[in-house]
Amino acid sequence: MAQSASRNRNLARRRIIGGLGVGVALTCAVIGAVCLLIILGYVIVQGAGAINRDFLTQLPHPVGVPGGGVGNGILGTFIILGLATAMAVPIGLLTGIYLSLFGRGPIPEGLRFLSDVLSGVPSIAIGLFAYAVLVAPLRHFSAFSASFAFMMLMLPLLVRTSEQAIRSVPQTVREGALALGMSNFRATVQIVIPTAMPAIITALLLAIARVIGETAPLLFTAFGSQFWETNPNKPMAVLALQVFTYAISPYPNWQAQAWGGALLLIGAVFVLSLGARLMLRRAMRGLEA
Amino acid sequence: MSTVAAGELLATQELSAYYGSRQAVADVTIAFRRKAVTALIGPSGCGKTTLLRCLNRIHEINFDARVQGSVLLDGQDIYGGDMDPMAIRRRIGMVFQRPNPFPTLSILDNAIACAPKGLNRRGKLEAAERALRSAALWDEVKDKLKTSPLRLSGGQQQRLCIARAVAAQPEVLLMDEPTASLDPIATAVIEELMSSLCKEFTIVAVTHNMQQAARVSSVTAFMLADETGIGRLIEADDTGKLFTKPSDRRTEDYISGRFG
Amino acid sequence: MTAEPRFRRVARFVSPADRGFAAVVYAGSILFALLIVGLFVELVLGSWPSIVKFGPAFIFSSSWDPITSKFGALPMIFGTVMTSLIAIVLAAFIGIMAAVFLADFAPRWLGQPLSFLIELLAAVPSVVYGLWGLFVLAPFMRTTLGPALQHVLGWTPLFSGPIYGVGLLTGGIILALMIVPTVTAISRDVIVAIPRDLREASMALGSTKWETAMRVVLPAARVGIFGACVLALGRALGETIAVTMVIGNRPEISSSLFAPSYTLASVIANEFTEATTSIYTSALIELGLILFLVSMVVNALARLMIWSVRGSERV
Repeated sequence: MAQSASRNRNLARRRIIGGLGVGVALTCAVIGAVCLLIILGYVIVQGAGAINRDFLTQLPHPVGVPGGGVGNGILGTFIILGLATAMAVPIGLLTGIYLSLFGRGPIPEGLRFLSDVLSGVPSIAIGLFAYAVLVAPLRHFSAFSASFAFMMLMLPLLVRTSEQAIRSVPQTVREGALALGMSNFRATVQIVIPTAMPAIITALLLAIARVIGETAPLLFTAFGSQFWETNPNKPMAVLALQVFTYAISPYPNWQAQAWGGALLLIGAVFVLSLGARLMLRRAMRGLEA
Repeated sequence: MSTVAAGELLATQELSAYYGSRQAVADVTIAFRRKAVTALIGPSGCGKTTLLRCLNRIHEINFDARVQGSVLLDGQDIYGGDMDPMAIRRRIGMVFQRPNPFPTLSILDNAIACAPKGLNRRGKLEAAERALRSAALWDEVKDKLKTSPLRLSGGQQQRLCIARAVAAQPEVLLMDEPTASLDPIATAVIEELMSSLCKEFTIVAVTHNMQQAARVSSVTAFMLADETGIGRLIEADDTGKLFTKPSDRRTEDYISGRFG
Repeated sequence: MTAEPRFRRVARFVSPADRGFAAVVYAGSILFALLIVGLFVELVLGSWPSIVKFGPAFIFSSSWDPITSKFGALPMIFGTVMTSLIAIVLAAFIGIMAAVFLADFAPRWLGQPLSFLIELLAAVPSVVYGLWGLFVLAPFMRTTLGPALQHVLGWTPLFSGPIYGVGLLTGGIILALMIVPTVTAISRDVIVAIPRDLREASMALGSTKWETAMRVVLPAARVGIFGACVLALGRALGETIAVTMVIGNRPEISSSLFAPSYTLASVIANEFTEATTSIYTSALIELGLILFLVSMVVNALARLMIWSVRGSERV
């Protein structure tokens, strides 16, 4: 009897410790979530006040003149991202195809290692690289050099995901195409890649989400501009860069606009992540069947 | 091998197949009877699928696969230096163990995935109908030609794959356990289809099911792996004879269920 | 048949279309490899004048003076290491606990939205964290959190001295917020991958869920979780904009966590476009090279560890 009583006491103590432990774990998960909500709340409350039609469509006004907007930065973001995507997709897809078709041996392994290295390189170092090859020799800042840096940032994710996506297309589908007498080229382009496409688009959306708010490499590539600049060979305004310069400026008007720009960036990132998630669901469905 | 005469459409000579340094099939010499079904039977791992995959050079898409000996199609070695594997695969169609319709193409586009190029819309539809009819699938899918093949049942998908192979107008049709993943009813439909298709095509079918071999084939070839794991052809003969009076002891053991 | 076996060599890309295809695929891959090798080569070339002039002393010298062209990286290395350490200590605890909760304790209706929220947190741009840090966290540190910490722990050098709001601790906390999602997401995946049998065996012995998680699941997942933390550390080391906005930007080494400091990445961000002499530019690029090498080593380490538990599958 005494033994059983002590066992019960012991069990009760273990239960309490267990409950406390779960409580700590819950608290930590909640802290993570609450931090997002606080940051999000601030950005929405502060940013919503700054966003209006002028903010989205106007050029920045000079210091001291109220109003003005980040229209040129939004345009610049689209131009730079578009160029970066146009360069990153072919290179990433081709490397992914190479790795999935010729996956074994020292050369593909080396390439994978390089890709992993690149994915860990800080964006500021990639900015230095873009500066060294595209800004310093030409002696002027340019939007194109920013696209180049963004391309480098997008590549590792694109390469790895397109390799995996192409690999996860069942071998039988590929064999079916080859058995019909299709060339490797046709089998890959017409049958295998379309099957892998939802997963590849997911990766692209995530890659864009990753770079859309990236600021560090822009400091010495795109540099910023006060005008409606559309020439990729000239310095260009970019939204993320405007948020940074406005935030560290001493002018309340600019600081308010920084919050507005931050809200736009978060909105874009969330839309892209959500889109990626929906795409991924479609990709899973396609591969299950 | 008295009944299998030389001069047939498709034949092998001293054919051996390797994966890297591992030999999977050794010294197979066999001629496949024209416009008839030849069944390849044998226990798992006896090399029958590998042999089949050598016949249209799909074996070589494996990373380290090699082949030795020759495969004669109409008297020409398909492994000859000037032969184009893609042209050969158009003449020798293949149906796989699991149905593998192209997931992103519609039923219609699957059926004509390898039809001649340059057809107009009407020509495409006609080609598709012809192929789907010869695979006994037309009536079931004619109202949903534009939908995804993944919604079809397994048996229907497999018949779509047969239609796809037939549409390329091959001379030979290779079938790798075409009913392995299907239920009995779908299996019966495919077997019936094989019997009708062999009026037009020379069919070589791998099966692990001896009853199926007995039902659909006119010639049966029995393969067995030797003690080192290398697959060898034991004998090939008229199906009726092989199942009643096999000339090799090992064949008799296998068909009477003593091993494998 | 000749005695010598006559093997047929496989030609997988024989048609003209396939040859062209293979050539394009090779070209794309080679370009990709060249870009990465080029990145390294350019960083070395750019920092060469500085490497030649200062030698290894660059890493150990604590003067950063553009006017006399004397450059040493020690204050920035110190700032980078300190902020990252603060970040990883905070983020590892919160992140691992959150991962345990999400993987083992949370009911589905709570676990899924929470996982989604934390993944979104990972995607919030760094400049937004910086903005929030500058206008919300730094004032909060100056008026509330800093004085409170000093009241309790002010007797240690770490928490003494004036509180500016911006400084090492603020930078570390912002970094922690940024890497918690990384730690949580990867740790959760690793924990979920632990076989069910292991948990069931422990539960069958009468352990509580908590005991199972602490004594069975976490030890089994420790390599992968450690890898997740190292990967997060790699991100913290290279993070630029958010830290630049709250670190205080002063190249000095101080014992107080409240003191302003500088990191490798933020000094490049702040000074690169203003660098007037070529040796100044070169010294900044050398900081980038150090950053590149450190994050390369850290990432390689993390990936090795994560692979070792996930088999050949890649993260």
